[in-house]
This record gives sequence, structure tokens and C-alpha cells, in this order.
Amino acid sequence: MKNNEYVLQMKNISKEYYGNRVLKDINLSVKAGEIHAILGENGAGKSTLMNILFGMTVIHETGGYEGEIVLDNDSINIKSPVEAMDLGIGMVHQEFMLIPGYSITENIKLNREITKDNLVNKFLPDKLKTLDFKKMGTDARKALDTLGMGIDEWVKVAGMPIGYMQFIEIAREIDKKNIKLLVFDEPTAVLTESEASNLLKAMVKIKEAGIAILFITHRLDEVMEVADNVTILRDGELVATKKNNETNVMQLAELMVGRKIEKIKKSSTEKRIGETILSIENLNVMMPGEEIKGLNLEVKAGEIYGIGGLAGQGKIGIANGVMGIYPTSGEITIKGEKLKLNNPKDALNKNIAFVSEDRRGMGLLLDTSIEMNIAITAIQNKGGFIRNFVLFTQVNNKEMKSHALNMIKELDIRCRSEKQVTRRLSGGNQQKVCIARALTLEPAILFVSEPTRGIDVGAKKIVLDTLVKLNKELGMTIVMTSSELAELRSVCDKIAIISEGKVEGILSPDASDVDFGLMMAGEYKKMQSKGDDIK
Amino acid sequence: MMEKINRFYKSFGLPRLIIASFLAILSVTAVVVGLPIGDLFSAILVRFGMHGILVLAMVPAIIAGIGLNFGLPLGILCGLLGGLISIELDLKGFAGFFTAIIIAMPLAAIVGWAYGWLLNRVKGSEMMVATYAGFSAVSIMSIGWLILPLKSPEFAWPIGKGIRTTIALVDRYERVLNDFWDFTLFAESDKLRLLVPTGSILFVLFACLLMWMFLRSRVGVAMRAAGDNPKFAEASGINVNKSRIVGTMLSTILGSIGIIVFNQSFSFIQLYQAPMFMGFGAVAAILIGGASVKKASISNVLIGTLLFQGMLVVSLPVANIIMTLESLAEISRIIISNGIILYALTQVSGGE
Amino acid sequence: MADRKELFDNIKSFFVSNMVTIVFVILGIVGFYYSGLSLPFFVNELSIRITRNSLLVLALIIPVLAGMGLNFAIVLGAMAGQVAIIAVTHWGIIGVRGFMLAMLLSVPLAIVFGYLTGKLLNKTKGKEMITSLILGFFANGIYQLVFLILIGTLIPMDNPVMVLSSGVGLRVSLDLTGGLKYAIDHIWMMSIPWTALTMSTYTMLFVLIRFYINKAGKMTKKVKNTHLYILAVAVIVALGNIYRINMIDENSAFLWALLATISLPILYIAMKLYFDQSEKMTKKSAQKHYYFVAFALPSFLLSLYIMRTASIFNMLRVPIITVLAIAIVCVFTVYIMKTKLGQDLKTVGQDRHIATTAGIHSDKTRLTAIIISTVLASWGQLFFLQNLGTMSTYGSHEQVGMFSIAALLIGGASVSKATIGQALLGVVLFHTLFIVSPLAGRNVFGDAQLGEFFRAFVAYGVIGLSLGMHAWKKQIQSRNSLK
Repeated sequence: MKNNEYVLQMKNISKEYYGNRVLKDINLSVKAGEIHAILGENGAGKSTLMNILFGMTVIHETGGYEGEIVLDNDSINIKSPVEAMDLGIGMVHQEFMLIPGYSITENIKLNREITKDNLVNKFLPDKLKTLDFKKMGTDARKALDTLGMGIDEWVKVAGMPIGYMQFIEIAREIDKKNIKLLVFDEPTAVLTESEASNLLKAMVKIKEAGIAILFITHRLDEVMEVADNVTILRDGELVATKKNNETNVMQLAELMVGRKIEKIKKSSTEKRIGETILSIENLNVMMPGEEIKGLNLEVKAGEIYGIGGLAGQGKIGIANGVMGIYPTSGEITIKGEKLKLNNPKDALNKNIAFVSEDRRGMGLLLDTSIEMNIAITAIQNKGGFIRNFVLFTQVNNKEMKSHALNMIKELDIRCRSEKQVTRRLSGGNQQKVCIARALTLEPAILFVSEPTRGIDVGAKKIVLDTLVKLNKELGMTIVMTSSELAELRSVCDKIAIISEGKVEGILSPDASDVDFGLMMAGEYKKMQSKGDDIK
Repeated sequence: MMEKINRFYKSFGLPRLIIASFLAILSVTAVVVGLPIGDLFSAILVRFGMHGILVLAMVPAIIAGIGLNFGLPLGILCGLLGGLISIELDLKGFAGFFTAIIIAMPLAAIVGWAYGWLLNRVKGSEMMVATYAGFSAVSIMSIGWLILPLKSPEFAWPIGKGIRTTIALVDRYERVLNDFWDFTLFAESDKLRLLVPTGSILFVLFACLLMWMFLRSRVGVAMRAAGDNPKFAEASGINVNKSRIVGTMLSTILGSIGIIVFNQSFSFIQLYQAPMFMGFGAVAAILIGGASVKKASISNVLIGTLLFQGMLVVSLPVANIIMTLESLAEISRIIISNGIILYALTQVSGGE
Repeated sequence: MADRKELFDNIKSFFVSNMVTIVFVILGIVGFYYSGLSLPFFVNELSIRITRNSLLVLALIIPVLAGMGLNFAIVLGAMAGQVAIIAVTHWGIIGVRGFMLAMLLSVPLAIVFGYLTGKLLNKTKGKEMITSLILGFFANGIYQLVFLILIGTLIPMDNPVMVLSSGVGLRVSLDLTGGLKYAIDHIWMMSIPWTALTMSTYTMLFVLIRFYINKAGKMTKKVKNTHLYILAVAVIVALGNIYRINMIDENSAFLWALLATISLPILYIAMKLYFDQSEKMTKKSAQKHYYFVAFALPSFLLSLYIMRTASIFNMLRVPIITVLAIAIVCVFTVYIMKTKLGQDLKTVGQDRHIATTAGIHSDKTRLTAIIISTVLASWGQLFFLQNLGTMSTYGSHEQVGMFSIAALLIGGASVSKATIGQALLGVVLFHTLFIVSPLAGRNVFGDAQLGEFFRAFVAYGVIGLSLGMHAWKKQIQSRNSLK
């Protein structure tokens, strides 16, 4: 007897990471044949929720979760992704789990290959039975047909357009016999517009086949187009659950972003905002996952310029492109001089410094002393801390040490000594070392990416205060990239929101939540042009 | 207390601990059975001087990020050629020795540059490519030794073509370094008489000093950063590929000098297949000294060479007393040197 | 015009992608010319070397497909084989019985060695090749320790023929004459033309039957009849084969007839069982069949012709059982790759991350691949040594890894791709070079040693080159994927 109309119910789900509450009393119910959208910024708790649903090891290693998950009528506690798969919960990954050298059929049947019995291998273990390609092909054909995909099931995946690959991923999931619930994790992020609209059509088909869909996205128009219900998460809390016909794009945008903003007292003294110091024209940066496609930007001397936007939209790519870390094209002008692209050395020579978002990967020499970490870029590019003998050079230890001690004091870097290696420092102190290195270069423009990611509250404040102080006292131009909108709004003079590798719009920190929300979701320009049409 | 032991154990490393205790046991046995301690120590010192530079050659390679330089034979071949040319010029003593080095160094620099260029193209597989680059170079140079137009009478076989397999250095630069300022301690005691090859030890220490200074120069600091974290280095305006080439060149040059030092102490130049596995010995020594595939220091060189050579020196006579089997020492060398390399490979995280 | 350009491009890409192999074909031909060897002598020498070495090279294929690169650790498999030979020789069990026992004995040893190798390689992912190379050296040390030191001290062994006069350690070489020498090879020999004739007949039969099975359902009656007709002809040819043997000597004729009557239906059933799943034959596999026929038919005719002449080729003999063993290992490899295990191996080889996400135990799969490879290598070494007749106790295994890998690469394989065809072709080309280079060296440069050094250089160089090219390609690919 099946008296429960819901396929999946998540009741009062809460989760703590090391005393840090990341999910709080989330309730979510999905019916068979329903598309349920989950909407939220980065860090709103979407991925944690999905990790719980799929029983990822991260969850169990950090003390499990609170609350109850009910699948059909049974209360379940999923221990591993494989178990989730067995229970009929499927996931369409953001990154494709496809083997290029295999045919579509082989990919659809990956590790679920059909074997067959015959005289010889009847007595062998399953692993040693030959594959039944005929049956596998039939199954694959069926799954592809369900999605309305006419492509030959024996074609190799290599070289296919990305949209097709996404469909193959989906076909694999719906080929699983007992599939009840399918999770789409930002499936349209990598697709072209027409591919995305095909995907939405396919989702409707799957829904009509009686499968429930959880649709994780930040594209508001897609939500409005296909979702039956929307749940909005923000900072680990459930903000609202809305029916499709009861809401609109504007409301969703506001719900997604809205929060109380702590107004930082803006200094009463007028800032001296000068001429354009940095201008970027038609910038393209090939940073995987954070691509920039034809972006224009102008920064004036003395500004703190904020760059915001959702993950994967490209905001991180700007600073990395200017510094020449990823392949870049376009035109960048610093104080009227053209910057040589793809050349970190030239950027450093033009007095640009960069505090990377990838602190441990790119920002630090983890097994080297604090003092050397602070000094090294200046040693290599400015000839600092170096004693020159005629035939050779030697690092000037004394100078390096006194400078490091100075910085340690100034930025309050908590360490045993300036000789300590940076690996064991806390995230906040590591970040301060990175900033110290950038400051040692005495830059005219300072790029800071995700300055407060993964550091504690106290360190956060010091880092942000330092930036404001540098800007105020030295007139240093700062370009700050951050996923934390609140932080940008508290510190910056101007905020550019990046969407799909371009500037969606530039706002003052006091602009309304709706505007920020629409821009982050990439809906602002569309809405405006619609508005113009009405006019 | 336990924690202290634990920390000591961790910083010292399991394999070093095993080898150090093995050496300790061997030494105690040697004393107990009444072997001439002085002779053993002299032998260790001689071998330290012999191998020190070759082991030091690993340092720039590891620090620059190309990993264990199994392609050391490339440098060694340049050194051998330098040595042969110095004999061909009919030079003797220090003149012969230093001429060999002066000829070998630019050769090694060129070879090292090309080798570095190659390794930049095979990032991630450097060790394997280096091994086979070394092997192929040794076999192509075997052809070279057959057909090189070197005419010195010392090179000729009684019959047949090509250069001899081993060339005696008796009248050339045999032990020029070893005998320089050498002195004997406890000369009156049979058991303790200890001959110190001052010159060769000073030479090794001087080379180490130069290397230490290089690592503290601007180029050295850049190289270290490039090896430690290429992404960081690139962002700091360091040319990673160039740094790697510098490291490879230095390693190759040291290899070429190392073999000349080795030869003067050994009194012979060995050609053909002899250099094939010389890189492996040097790699094993520095690993025993506590280096890893990514990290190495001068102290690793000194400790490693002493431990590894010490073990080889002491194990032979001790093994002879126990089993009268000469092969035991060679076998333990094979097992230990390859074992330590395997251990180092399992410690490399990544590849994922 | 477009067609011609396409044709030209095709030819160009064929030459570029088969560069190594083509160079070695040319080297082989030139070397043979200058060696001054007679063709029959060369063919004889080559056929001995092919039958001797093929199994060891085939043992390399599965780890390559599993993404573990070239398994230098087949040296450990060879050691397992040698341990078995030492034991069997010590017990004085000779001939086929001794050989069978050695095969049996080497399996558990090889499994243990393979297991340990696999464990180690799982700990050094991404550095499998250098690890397996060093592991070979390391294991050699252990091997020496056991057989040079422990025998006679810890392991009692009373055998003055095998043990050194001091009573400790085995002698440097072990003569297998009167023991395992030719234990398999001499069971049944056939002349080269006979072997070629038989093999080509069966190849054609195989292709036709397979073709028939594949198309049977869809064929028109006329086509069907044509094929039946061809099949009948092929069977008659096979019967003719029997008749031919009958004229030579009664004994082998009986064997032949027996084999033919038993094997034809077995062959038929086996093929039906193994291959009927691939009903959807791609163009490529159809092409492969044409190649088979294109090879088989001329060799069929040629061998028929030679048999009618008094050519010296009729005197050269091939060890049939060894050839069969090679064939079985080929079939085994093909079969494994068509099973679920094989599919897992390929998946893990292509992308370990995706495989794990899909629920495949990638470490376990890799372990299996190495164990299979090690066991095959141990048998390969047994076949190798029974043909060679003397075992160099401390040397026979040392070069096995390097020579086999060089052969595989010369055949056109790479670190991530290898086929049976490449393995066999590689053996032919590599050993051609082996036979001709010392003589060619002597004749051209007046020095045989030069040829030998050149040979060593080729072996090392081809491995180095192939590894380098592979790494370079990977680097370029990852750079391109960014763009």
C-alpha cells in the first residue's frame, strides 16, 4: 500500500562542520513526476544537502547529519553513493563522467554492463563472462529514445558536442531500472542556449515518465520555465518554498540574495578618486571553470573596486588573466601603458600585485619560511633583499628578517618565528603572509581574490581593515574579487557583477537586493530589455 | 617521552633509521671480530671523497623539480670524455686533472642544456625518460669509444680497434686529490692507522659550499621556488622552464666533475657499460641521506654518502668473516639502493 | 581532386603514426642485406626467436590496457618461472612432466609476486613504470640473496651438479639438456611450409565461418550459397592438407587427421560462442578480416608452392605446441578483453576517476591486471628457457623486461595502447635486428661489437623515445584542452 504521495522527503535536516552550522532545519518534499528546483548562492548549502542525500563520505567523517530522509515510505540512512544508486537516486554530474574512447552504449552501461551465459562461461565468475553488446545496445537505444535523441548508439563519445555528452549522462541515469529521483546539478552551466532548451525539454519528458527531479540551478528563468516548485536556500537556511505560479523572477532574485547588510561607517573624508589607472578591453581568459569571454572594465586610481558573481561565472578569471597566469587575449592598459599579456613578470614590473584565491596552491611555498615567502617576489623582480657581488648574488638575510618581523607585527601574523614554514599556519595567517608579500612589492594596484575564504572571523576583520587602510593611507588602488557579496558591499566603492564571463552590471554598494540578485543570476540585462520593450 | 621518540623517528625517517642501525651493528661486529678499524675508516673517507660530488649532483636536479636524476650518466660521459682528452694532450698531475674538468664542463653544460630542454617536454615522466636517456647515451657512447680518433698509447688494446675498457691513470692524475695534504693518524698502531685523503674531502666540501651559496643566490632562490611550486613561481615572475634547465645543467656539470674526481681516486677510467648504473648509486645515497623526490639539501648529501659508503665498506669484510661470501656485500648494495628508491617513490603523493 | 588529397592525407597520417615501425622495417631490411645471411638460415633463426619470445611480449599487453604503462616488473614473473625450473630440475623430473609441473609451480609464485607488485604500483600511481623498473632491480637482489647465499646455508640443497663446489649458492648456469630442454618444442615439429599452410588454411576458415555466422540471418540465398561453396572449398583444402601429410609420414598423418577431425567442430563451436555477440560488425573489424585473408591466401599459395619444390625451407621445423601456446595466449587476451573484467580494465585504464565514480574497484582491477601479466610472464620464461636449453641462473631474467618492452614498442605500441598484432610484429622486427645487427656491423664497419652496441642502443633508445613522445603528447594535449 502506498499512501505517501512523495518520493522523497527530507525532514528537519541539519548539519554541522566542526561546530559550524551549515544547514539548519531544511524541509524538502518531492513528488513523483515533479521538477523541484533548489535555488541559492554559492555556500547557501545546496551541495551539502546533496552530499547528505548521496551519503558522501565527507558527511560521515564529520559526524553525520540530523533529521530524517524518507524515500517512498521508508526512512533511510544512506551510507555511500553506491547505496544511493541502488535505492534509485541518480545524479547528473556537472563534470561529465564519460570515457571518450567508448561508444555511447558503453558509456551508458558503464559498470552496469550486461553479461551473458553460454556453454563455456556458465561456470565462470561473473567478471569472466563476455559482454552482451546486443542487449546493451538495445537498452541504450531505449534510453536515448526516451530523451528524443536520434544519435547512433555505437558512435564514440570523443569529439561530440558538450550538449550531447550531457544527454548521454542523463541517458545513463534513466537507463537504471529502478530510478526514482534524479538530481541535476547545474546542468545548463556548460551548455549553449539551444542545448539548454533541449535539456529542459528532456527534463519535462523524464518528469512525464514519473521520475522526480531535483533541479539545482541559479538560472531563474529556467526555474520559471520548468520547475513545479522552488525551494530557496540562503546561508544554510530554508528561506521559502514557492509554487511556480505563485512567484516571479524578481521575487526569486530578492529571496536568493537578500540579507541584512551591516553598514560599515563610510569614512567621512572624501576619497581622492583619480584618473583611470586600469582599463581592460575585450578580455578573454582561458581559466578552466572561470572563463572570461570578452570583458570590459575600467578602474580609477584610488578606488576599491569589487568584483562579484556566482562561482563558475568568471569573476576569478579577471585577476588571473591580468597577472598572466592563464592564457589571455584582449587589451589591458595600465596608466596608459599597454600590459604584455601572458607575462607575469611584466605585470609585476608595472607595479601590480596579486593575492591569489588559490592560497595553498599558488599563493605560498608551503615548506619555506615565512620570511622567504614574504620576500621572494621582491627578490626576483625588484632586486630587493639581495647583495650583489660582482660575479654572484646572495640573499641579504638581515634585511629580509627585519622586513619580515615588521610585516609580522603590522599584520599581526601569529607565528613562532619568521623562520617557521607556512604549511602549519592557520588559514588567516597564511592569507596575511600572502598579503605581506604583495605589499612588499609596494604595488600601485593590488588584486585580491577571495581574501577571506576559509579564515576565521577575527582574521577576516584584520584583512579587510588592512585593505581599507592601505587604500585610505597610501591611496593604493585595490581590485577585490569575492564570493561574499556582503563583504564587497561593506568595503568597496563600486561593484561589478560578472555573469557568463562578462560584466552583467556595475552597482553601488547601496543598490537594492533585487538588482544584485538579478545580476548574479544573469537576468538583469534581460529584464531591462524586456522593460524597454514595454516602454 | 613517547612523543619525543615518535617525533625523532618521524623526522629521521624509517629507512634512514634502519640503515643507520645496520651500519652500527656492522661497525660493532667489525670491532668485536678485530678488524682494522683505521683501515675501514680510511676506506670510508676515500669513498666519501670519491662519490661526494656525484651525490651532490642530485641536489640541483631534485630542487629544480625534475626529481631523481637517473640521467646522471649523461654528465658522467662528458667527464669521461674530458678525462680522455686530457690524457690525449699528454698532461699529468693537477694539470691533467683540472684540464679534464675544464674540458668536461662546457661539454656537460651543452649536454645538460639539451637534456633540460628534453625534460621540460616530458614533465611528469622525467625520471623514466631520464633513465632511458642515460641508458641510450651510454650505449651510443659505447659506439663512440670504438670509433673516436684518440691516439694516446694508453688507450690502445694490444690487438683490436677502439679504446680500452679500463685505462690506468698511474702516470696521469691518479690520486692527485687524495694525496694532496694527506696525513696519517695513529701511524704507530696497526689497528687504528688512519689515512686521511685531505684533498678529495676538501674538494667535496668546497663544492658543497659553492652549491650552498648558489642556492642562496637570486637564481638559486628562483630555482628552489620553481621546483617547490611551479604555479607559485610562475606567478612570481620566475621562468620555471629556465630554472629547470639551470638545475639540469648544474646536475650534469657536477656529474662530469664527479666522475673525474671518482676516477682520480679509483686510479682507472672505466668506459663502455660502466657508467650505466652509476646514477642509481648516487640516487640511493642521497635518499639514504634523507632526501626525497622533491626535497634535498647539502646535509642529505654528506650524511647519505657517509652512511651508504660506510655501509658498503664495512659490510664487505664483516660479511667475509661471517660467510666468506664476497657476493653478499654486492647483493646487499643492490637490495638497499633499490629498496630505498622504491621507498622514496611510494612517498610521492600525487600522480592523481 | 579532393579524393586525391584525402588519399594523400591518409597515406601521410599512416606513415606518421607508424613511424617507429616503418623505420625498423627499413632497418631490418637494410641490416639483412648487409649481414650476408642466407634467407633460410635467417628464417630459421627468426622463427626460433619468435616462438621463444612471443609469450613474454604478450604478457605486457594487459597492464598497458589497464593504464599502468609498460610493466617492467615482468622480470618478477620470469623469476617465478626460473624458481620453478630450479625446483623441477633439482627433483630430476624431466620432459613434458617436468615442464607441466614447472608451469603448475610457477603459478602460485607468480600470483604472489604479481600481488605484491600490484600493491606497490597502486601506491605509486602515475609513477608505475619507474617503480616497476626499479622493482625489477630490487627483486633481482632478493633473488640473488636466495639463490647465491641462502641456498646451502638456510635452505638445504644437496645437488653437486647445481650447487657451487663450496656448497653454498647455485652455479651460474644450469644446463637443461636431458631435462626440460625442448620438453615442449620437440613434442611435435612441423616444417615451416606445413605450418604456414595449416595456419593460413585455418585463418581463412576462421574468417569465412565468422563471416557466415555474422551474416547468416540477413543474407540472400544466393550469397549464402556462394559462401557455403567457399566454405566447402576450404574444408576440402583442409582435407587436402591431411592427404598431403599422409604422403610424408604415417605417424604425423594420424595426428593430423585426429587434430583436424576434433578441432574443426571445436573451432566452429568456440567461434560461434565467442563471437556471435558482435553481430554488429563495424567496418573496421570487417576490414581486419580482409587483412587476414589478404595475408593468409598468399602464404597459403606460397607454402603450397614451396612444398612442391626441394627447397631447404622444407627442412626447417617449427615447434607446433609452442605455436599453439602462443595462439592460446592470444585468444585468451582477446577473450579477457571482451569480458566484464576486460571492460573494467579498459575503463580504469582510460580514466581511473570515472571508473571509481561508477563503482569499479580500480585498485583491485589494476592488481588483477598485474597478476595476469606476471603469471603469463612466468610461463613465457618457461617456454623461453626450454627452448634455449641453458638457464643463466642470475642473468636469464634480467633483460627480459627491457627486451620485451622494446619489442612491443617497435611493433607500434605505446605506453597506453597495445595490441596482439603489435606485439607479434614487434617480436619479428626486434629479433630481425638482433640477428642481423652484429653481422651487419662487422661487414660494414669491420666490427661486430659495434653492431651489438647499436643493438643495445636501439633497445634503450626506442624505449626512451617512446616514453618521451608519450609524455610530450600528454603535455600538448593538456595544453590544448585549456585552449
